[in-house]
Amino acid sequence: MIGRLVLAAATLALVLLPMVAPLYYVLLMLPFMAYAVVLLGLNLLFGYTGLVSFGHALFIGIGAYAGAFLTTHTPVRSLEVILFAAGVLGAVVAAPVGALCVRYVKIYFGMLTLAFGMLFYTFLLKFYRLTGGDEGMRVLRPSLLGLDLGAMPKTDYLAGPYYYYSLGILVVAALVMWRIVHSPFGLCLKSVRDNPAKAEALGLGVTRYRWHAFVISAVYAAVGGALLGPPTGNVDPTLAYWTQSGNIVFMTLLGGFASFFGPILGAFVFIFLQDTVMSVVPYWRLVFGAILAFIVIWAPGGLMGLFARAGAASSSRA
Amino acid sequence: MILEARDVTVFYGDVCALAGVSLAVRDGEFVSIIGPNGAGKSTLINVLTGVLHPTSGDVRFNDRDVRGIGPVALARLGMARSFQLVHIFPDLTVLETLQAAVVSRLGRGTRLFASLAGDRQVQAQALEVAELFGLAGQRHAASKHLPQGDKKLLDVASAFALRPEIILLDEPTSGVSTADKTAIMEILVTASRRIGCRAIIQVEHDMDIVFGYSDRIIALHEGKVLADAAPAAIRENRHVVDTVIGRLPDPV
Repeated sequence: MIGRLVLAAATLALVLLPMVAPLYYVLLMLPFMAYAVVLLGLNLLFGYTGLVSFGHALFIGIGAYAGAFLTTHTPVRSLEVILFAAGVLGAVVAAPVGALCVRYVKIYFGMLTLAFGMLFYTFLLKFYRLTGGDEGMRVLRPSLLGLDLGAMPKTDYLAGPYYYYSLGILVVAALVMWRIVHSPFGLCLKSVRDNPAKAEALGLGVTRYRWHAFVISAVYAAVGGALLGPPTGNVDPTLAYWTQSGNIVFMTLLGGFASFFGPILGAFVFIFLQDTVMSVVPYWRLVFGAILAFIVIWAPGGLMGLFARAGAASSSRA
Repeated sequence: MILEARDVTVFYGDVCALAGVSLAVRDGEFVSIIGPNGAGKSTLINVLTGVLHPTSGDVRFNDRDVRGIGPVALARLGMARSFQLVHIFPDLTVLETLQAAVVSRLGRGTRLFASLAGDRQVQAQALEVAELFGLAGQRHAASKHLPQGDKKLLDVASAFALRPEIILLDEPTSGVSTADKTAIMEILVTASRRIGCRAIIQVEHDMDIVFGYSDRIIALHEGKVLADAAPAAIRENRHVVDTVIGRLPDPV
């Protein structure tokens, strides 16, 4: 009940935010919403299937570069087409990569995903004719729902139509993911996570379920990645660098991987905390390292875990 | 004949774990496999459940070659198993565990966008098994929070939720108090009748359980079948009693 109220309030706040908040913060919400989409997918793999990928920046990069390529090399401007193409491309790349990676678990899975991520990063750096090398590529302003908004001032476009478009994508992505984790398929993923040997004894093909989860998470990462490009108007290889993969795992841990909304909260806190800390001290990574250590040692359930603990404590006192 | 092993031999390197083991399980039978540690029981189970491909010999389930086909394929063909050490899904509830088995049996595991809560068939069948095994009262409890005996029961119950033709129980009552053992066995036998299970094979050390429930007992010793007979005949066989059993239970 309380959860639903919080969710309704948060959604309302997201809808009203551009009307009340300073422009700076409205623009900061754009990467948050893009990462939230990425994390919904990553957590299907992490929280629900029990596999920690250190290479999902690969798929963020694929989505972001798909948008850049389509807007600069083809007449495509429609963001719907870009998101669709990003998702399809993510799936096409994830299918073979995932098929190889999911044969391994734990650290081996993590290292293998990291290796594929670095392979792609190197590709982006070296094939500069296609990718622009370390300078990256431009992303031209996409049209939204068939509306060409090219004449709008950039900040109006981003804080208005683009903001609400991103919010719409996030809501749809969350609804679809909610459906998936509460489906028979979602239950099978949790079984595979909890005890693969038992799942196999019950006739559930562990490798196949892991692979499905991997591909779905890659589609989400690519769609989220495609949303990251237009706000900056530029994509570069750092989007696909391994620290990026680390950041999204960090966001997931920060919010709490055991909860559906945990990773979304994690993305929100990460983006705004990073912004605040960076403006105060130059060594923001030092601060984030300390936070990460704190979470792993004292709050493995992340922020959602802390809230749940606080909620349980207050209700037992009452 | 549901399950048949013919002349099964397994070598681990130079070590011979099974040396020409043959056995057959027929419709309606409750068969117990007994033997001291190192007799080859675990190897035999791994061969029968398709985990291990025998070095030589045949294993046929419903007249189908099942050597080394793996647990997933075998479960789909209609053979279920439980484990010696409890295998549960720690973070799933009792009901979710049983639902996973039902989803698997009905082939609904690839339904990405269907509602699990709205799948009446899955819900009803999982609840039915929970009731059959006396776990309905704790159906919303996380499996990891169950008492040890109930964890064991849940492991077995989820195997039954597959509605298998044959079920293989690896020490179904190990680690359970003596008082609970009989209760578990009674539930097992009742459940297998209700579900229409055609045969049960168990590996068991507790001779009261073995002699109290089996139609037939297969005694293994040093990788060979020492005896394969009805409990009454095993009881008379001094050689088996001395090498495998040690102490006979009181007649029931």
